[in-house]
Amino acid sequence: MKRKLLGSWEIKKTNTSSGLKKVVISVTSIILGLIFAGLFVLLTGKNPLELYTEIVQSSVGSIYGLSETIVEMIPLALCSLGVSLAFRMQLWNIGAEGQFYMGAFGATYFALFFSGLPKLVLLPLMLLAGLICGGLWALIPALPKAFWNVNETISSLLLNYVAYLWIAYLVYGPWKDPKGNNFPLTKPFSDNGTIPVFGNTRISYALFLMFIIAVILFFILKHSKWGYEIRVSGSSRKAADYAGMSYIKNVLLVMFLSGSISGIAGMAEVSGVLHRLQQTISPGYGYTAILIALLARLNPISILLVSFLMGGLLVGGYSLQTSGFPSSMVSMFQGSILFFVLAGEMFNNYRLVRKKA
Amino acid sequence: MVEMRKITKEFPGILANDQVSLVVNKGEIHALLGENGAGKSTLMSVLTGLYRPDGGEIFIEGKRVEFSSPKDAVKKGIGMVHQHFKLVQPFTVAENIMLSIKELKQIYNLKEIERQIIGQSEAFGLSIDPKAKIWQLSVGEQQRVEIIKLLLLGAEFLILDEPTAVLTPQEAKALYTTLQKMAVSGKSIVIISHKMNEVMENTNSITVLRDGRSIGTVQTKTTNEKELAKMMVGRNISSTTGKTLSAKTDILMTLANVSALGDNGLLKLKNISMDIYKGEILGIAGVDGNGQKELAETVAGLRSAKQGAISFCGKDCTKSGRKKRINLGISYVPEDRMTTGLVTELNAYENVALKSYRKYPGPFISWDKVKHDSEQLIEKFDVRLASMSNPVKMMSGGNIQKLLLAREIESNPKLIIAVYPMRGLDIGATDYVRRLLIGESEKGITVLLISEDLEDILSMTDRIIVMHGGEIMGVVKPNETSREEIGLMMAGKRKVDLHEA
Repeated sequence: MKRKLLGSWEIKKTNTSSGLKKVVISVTSIILGLIFAGLFVLLTGKNPLELYTEIVQSSVGSIYGLSETIVEMIPLALCSLGVSLAFRMQLWNIGAEGQFYMGAFGATYFALFFSGLPKLVLLPLMLLAGLICGGLWALIPALPKAFWNVNETISSLLLNYVAYLWIAYLVYGPWKDPKGNNFPLTKPFSDNGTIPVFGNTRISYALFLMFIIAVILFFILKHSKWGYEIRVSGSSRKAADYAGMSYIKNVLLVMFLSGSISGIAGMAEVSGVLHRLQQTISPGYGYTAILIALLARLNPISILLVSFLMGGLLVGGYSLQTSGFPSSMVSMFQGSILFFVLAGEMFNNYRLVRKKA
Repeated sequence: MVEMRKITKEFPGILANDQVSLVVNKGEIHALLGENGAGKSTLMSVLTGLYRPDGGEIFIEGKRVEFSSPKDAVKKGIGMVHQHFKLVQPFTVAENIMLSIKELKQIYNLKEIERQIIGQSEAFGLSIDPKAKIWQLSVGEQQRVEIIKLLLLGAEFLILDEPTAVLTPQEAKALYTTLQKMAVSGKSIVIISHKMNEVMENTNSITVLRDGRSIGTVQTKTTNEKELAKMMVGRNISSTTGKTLSAKTDILMTLANVSALGDNGLLKLKNISMDIYKGEILGIAGVDGNGQKELAETVAGLRSAKQGAISFCGKDCTKSGRKKRINLGISYVPEDRMTTGLVTELNAYENVALKSYRKYPGPFISWDKVKHDSEQLIEKFDVRLASMSNPVKMMSGGNIQKLLLAREIESNPKLIIAVYPMRGLDIGATDYVRRLLIGESEKGITVLLISEDLEDILSMTDRIIVMHGGEIMGVVKPNETSREEIGLMMAGKRKVDLHEA
């Protein structure tokens, strides 16, 4: 087998892969991704550097921009923490978006129909409802996966559309605000059903929730017996069976928890930011969350960091509209970055060496 | 006529073929007989152009040939049916065969190919519907597709790797009828096998390989199973292990009429009844794939018994799974150490925890304690590694096996199931593992040793059970049996039948 393309170089497998090398590879990949995306910006006749400066300035250049970035970071990080847990066990839960919507649904039910309850009762109730609805939604693809090994990637993805349309039915039908000028929205939550915010920003106290869940996940994965079972099951199902770990039990538990964290994100979004349920409550948080989890190598602490960056990109994307770009330009940036990061993965296990003569 | 002269092929650390010569005449069915690892597959891979030999020559019809790729071999009329068929499941028979036709034009006539398939299948009694999709076919029919494919490619020299391993006895009979027809029509056929009765019944001549060397070629008519068994496994025992035989009679574990299914859903373990005595080393001998793996998994609790009862220390444990069996004291050294026994991406101490993580109190694992315990274990069993924090896939094979054995022994088991524990290890590590298992049995721990290496079985065990086709052929004592007797039982002769004859 001759690889003429590489000339006097060849690809060798390596076993060593230091932490520093991983960071260098990740950062390089992201930069290459941005350069690649910049080529497309060039095609439109704009200067990509200007565009990137604009994104940076609007997202972290001001207190307002920074606070908006954090507002976006919270649902991104929570959904990403959710999917990362499932990914640890090689369960490809692509359904964070749907679990997010179902979490919002559960929380809204209590906000609308138990609005008279005191805040200290209503908010925990909404949290619990969001958690359970998101978890149960993830359990739907988990059950056939656990018992008959049905591919969870497709089933979890397809359920996103079901969840989205279920919310559409509610906000166009039974839950529509009679005073809402026929817009697809529910009536606003009572004050008791909303999470307080910091000062006059839109950042809700759900920020604490995000940090707490990240830390808990970190400890579960690193130090608990159950986290160890997840890691072993993710590496080799045969080894998990061999060690007497119940694969079925772990699939169900992991998927439920994974979905419930995205459900919490949905609750935090309607209760902390929007204060009502509407047709579209997410610009694709659940999908971006997958990208974040992969970029962060499933490490809960890195997920927070990457979520902040992706949140900034989203906020920057909104501001691009004023320069005549669609905000969906950001999806192209994300796609380009992911492409290079996945390609760069190879260099963690392989390296290019000069052939010996 | 095909002749291979003094073929030598070396892999790192293994001399797979050492000056092997083989002559296959036109119109004959020739068997290549030998144990696993004897070098049969390597030799045939050289002949089909998959490997380039390090030494030796190949002649076809007296002319010297050199193959730089399997394509060259196909051009010279050499074709092979592999154990795992290379067919595209959703395609039809004709489409699969079309795929292998090299000079196929952009516009082709599928009808013409279908006609050719029917022609070939009628000539040799290989009935097949060219329009059938592969996934609809039985294993035997898929094999026929592979054979027809070779015939249409113009193969004059067919190699079949363990062709009957996946067939029912009836299908096997039909296959040999076909092969005989082909031989009569002038084609040469090589069967790779380790089933002696089959080889005796259906071939013209037999070449026996052992440890990468050719032991000799004999005419099937002039030999017998006893002679072949001796050629296959016969070697002097180096009784260095110092094992003293002991007759134990306290029962540790009983299997009563246990049957179990294999991974493919077929019955792989048929009515197994046996007692395992406390403190003995019980050997299970047999050719790979005759139910030993399923037996080990059923005893370990990884495979549920379809019927029958299992009891351990007098208590029924038929229904208990792996976790309960671990708690009962059943350790298991699986055949597949890299994906089952160990998690190769995790590091050494994380792998030590695979067995012991439950013993730490509370929901958390104290990794400091695990590290400390692992250090002691690694020192006690002399496991050599660069760092405990490196993934175990970076360790050498022998040390990986030592780590696995160390973990399984250190958990204070009552029973250790060891499946092919010496396979793939070098001489030093093999010797270490042997002594370790014998040492454990002297401490009163029971060992169930599954091996296909008769030397190991004879030199290490107190009793030997021979399996064939998922059944027990007989129970013998190492000092009262012979390699020939075990070899015949491995080939499917029952002990009672042997002694009547």
